[in-house]
Amino acid sequence: MDVWLFLTFAVIAVGCAINLVLQTHPISSALSLVGVMGSLAVLYLLLGGEFIAAVQLIVYAGAIMVLFIFVIMLLNAGAERRPTRRVVALWISLPLLFTFIALAAVLVESQAPRTEVVRFGGFTGGTAAEVGRALFTRYLLPFEITSILILIAILGAVVLARKEI
Amino acid sequence: MSGNFPIPWPTPGAVPLAWYLILSAILFTLGVAGFLFRRNIITVFMSIELMLNGVNLSFIAFSYRLKQVDGHIFSFFVMVVAAAEAAVGLAIILTVFKNRSTLEIDEVSSLKL
Repeated sequence: MDVWLFLTFAVIAVGCAINLVLQTHPISSALSLVGVMGSLAVLYLLLGGEFIAAVQLIVYAGAIMVLFIFVIMLLNAGAERRPTRRVVALWISLPLLFTFIALAAVLVESQAPRTEVVRFGGFTGGTAAEVGRALFTRYLLPFEITSILILIAILGAVVLARKEI
Repeated sequence: MSGNFPIPWPTPGAVPLAWYLILSAILFTLGVAGFLFRRNIITVFMSIELMLNGVNLSFIAFSYRLKQVDGHIFSFFVMVVAAAEAAVGLAIILTVFKNRSTLEIDEVSSLKL
């Protein structure tokens, strides 16, 4: 059951990611990215990350992607006009990408022992209570610094979006 | 090397940890490919988000492996940074579009107008 869930959503994630790279229209890419994020949320659940799965759906697939789609609509971005795939670049880069994936797979396979398996329910430390406890004790200082980061980001966005620039 | 490479079918109900890491590598690589191939500045930005998602999956997988919550905290911070980055980046894209009325990355090659 776990294997089938993993395979289903892994295939969906990879298919959506490939679609993101291949589509010429930004809206199609954005919808593919939503697909990737949704299937990744299911994989997080399988790994025992309930809180992170919820945050992934709410913040990533909800807020950030709405922002993207809003900007795409606002700018009325159309499809890319010029062909993006140059033949020479394609023939050099695609084998290199596959080589990189294969190298990563070999490395992971050699380092991670065969006995390391993921069972649903094997790790229950990813609940909101556990994450909150770690966030407000051991990681309190990074958490507070994060709020400053967000404040600066808001100010930066407001300054950038003013008329005069 | 701990065995024959084509990963054997696991015992039912259990997914090898390596599969999660390989999926993470695939997503990251596709993000790099999109970052390098696309010309639309918004699609390039979305490829960056795809890379961040791939890394997040690795964090959560290792968090399972070590039975510690730290990986979740890290991916939480990655999401926060991604949100801030999206806000600022999209504001920059809006400004660039206002000044040059183009979204092609190759046409935005100089800092001064």
